Amino acid sequence: MRTRLLGRLTVNTVVAVSVLYTLLPVLWLLLAATKDRDALFSSDLLSFSDFSFGQNLGDLFAMDGGLYGRWYLNSLLYAVLGAAVGALVSVACGYAFDKYRFRHKEKLFGLVLAAVMVPQTVLALPLYLMASEAGLVNTFWAVFVPVLFNPFGVYLGRIFSRGYVPDEVLEAARVDGAGELTTYVRVALRMLGPGLVTVFLFQLTAIWNNFFLPMVMLSDQDLYPVSLGLYQWNSSASVSPEYYPVVIMGSLLAVVPLILAFVLLQRFWRSGLTAGAVK
Amino acid sequence: MTATTRPAVPALAPPATAPAAHRARRAARRRRLTACGVLMAPFFVLLLTVFLIPVGTAVYLSFYSDDQPGLGFGPERTVFVGLRSYAAVLTDPTFLGGLGTVALYCLIYIPLMVAGALALALLLDSGAARLRAFAQLGLFLPHAVPGIIAALIWLYLYTPGISPVIDLFARADITVDFLGVHTVLPSIVNIALWSNLGYNMVVFYAALQAVPREVIEASVVDGAGPVRTALQVKTPLVRASIVMVAIFTLIWALQLFTEPMLLSQSSPMISSRFSPSMYIYDAAFNRTNYSLAAAASVVLLACTVALSYGVTRFTGRADAAEEAR
Repeated sequence: MRTRLLGRLTVNTVVAVSVLYTLLPVLWLLLAATKDRDALFSSDLLSFSDFSFGQNLGDLFAMDGGLYGRWYLNSLLYAVLGAAVGALVSVACGYAFDKYRFRHKEKLFGLVLAAVMVPQTVLALPLYLMASEAGLVNTFWAVFVPVLFNPFGVYLGRIFSRGYVPDEVLEAARVDGAGELTTYVRVALRMLGPGLVTVFLFQLTAIWNNFFLPMVMLSDQDLYPVSLGLYQWNSSASVSPEYYPVVIMGSLLAVVPLILAFVLLQRFWRSGLTAGAVK
Repeated sequence: MTATTRPAVPALAPPATAPAAHRARRAARRRRLTACGVLMAPFFVLLLTVFLIPVGTAVYLSFYSDDQPGLGFGPERTVFVGLRSYAAVLTDPTFLGGLGTVALYCLIYIPLMVAGALALALLLDSGAARLRAFAQLGLFLPHAVPGIIAALIWLYLYTPGISPVIDLFARADITVDFLGVHTVLPSIVNIALWSNLGYNMVVFYAALQAVPREVIEASVVDGAGPVRTALQVKTPLVRASIVMVAIFTLIWALQLFTEPMLLSQSSPMISSRFSPSMYIYDAAFNRTNYSLAAAASVVLLACTVALSYGVTRFTGRADAAEEAR
């Protein structure tokens, strides 16, 4: 009985310490966002004598002519639109891999899986050269198009299609004389809903996190996503410390959309993780 | 001769002659293949333009170089240089140093990550843990923090003057320099671990939930304690997830870029060619030596493919051995 109690205590201590490890840095970000520059450097986190959350927020959106708001909208556009289009493209392909038979299918699928392995840094230089040939460097498209490509989404799409869309439903639709694409749009896509949301969420995270590609492609600050903008401001902060509070406040705001997305869509991505993990 | 006796033909179909039925079947098949093509086309257009052509371009660039004949006068022309760029990359101490750094990083990071995430998942799955849903959400939270912002948060927590951590140590009369020669790599490992621990824990936890309860009950009946059940019964059953997490962690670890790039703004210990990815960026965009950057990219790609393949083969063999037993 005593060893069992001790075991329980150990388990809960380890879990609690791990949760503190993951939560405290975010909590620090939240507290640091309420400090002005002097308080930030005095390391006195828990005194709220000089609460300047509103001040920092105002400074953030006023800094450099309101660039941050611009970056935020860019990030939302790249991420939400990119993830929506990307998820539709990947899931359609995964569905086709599951429901249709043709020669060399598994070889083609192997190619898709191999694409998961290739580091982004390897693709960046050739993509940059191709974009510069096409006159697309330093435009919206240079960042938007490459992030649509999501081979892992095809893999998930195939698994979801096998799990959620029974072949009998398609047979029934065919007997009714419905066209293949009509069936996909009207019947299958609805059944694939949770899978689609999962792929969307994974891709949303990836695009919101994207840093390397924008850094290579963009030189116009007005096109920057938040990640690249904050990187640039942080490099200015060592010279002009007035950037520190805005970088911290900017980081805090940049965390919000993903947390919201994960909380709101919780029941979908959990099923997605399971599908990815069990196979 | 009619085809009405064939079960494949729907009962309501009008009686048809054999060639007609054959034709109808072929038409149906063609319709399906067309639909399949339409559904797949957008993805494969992307695959071609942002994956196959770039990889091909990288390989091509690595064998060619822009040479200016006659002391830099005259037009620039592209000439075939064979393996010259590869020789240059593979004898460049900064590139080899970067490879070494990433190898060391992987050796520290991947075992810590897999063992840590698995241990947490097993603890949460054991039934002894309280507030499981809250713990999972808390552990998962860093996954919603973008990589560059995770690096920013930790950079500030590593910076003397701002960091409450360094302040705490200082009160105990301990001076720590998180960005020193020997500490900078562990500091980067810590950022990556913080970002991804919870995510991988959820992957393992999901896999553990799929383990049949009877298997676990049987091992309890056999007299196995909770620790033995976790390590000898549950862990082997989620091997597929362990392999998957290990491979994805490896692929990401080999691309190491964001964290050192950000920390390099504040630490002189991180050069502009700290990791192979930073080397590629530096070669391509600071030195505009495309063939060198391309050769380094191909080497990095080859390492990634070889290592991922190695992990799959190695674990595949372990699986076969397990089944043979």
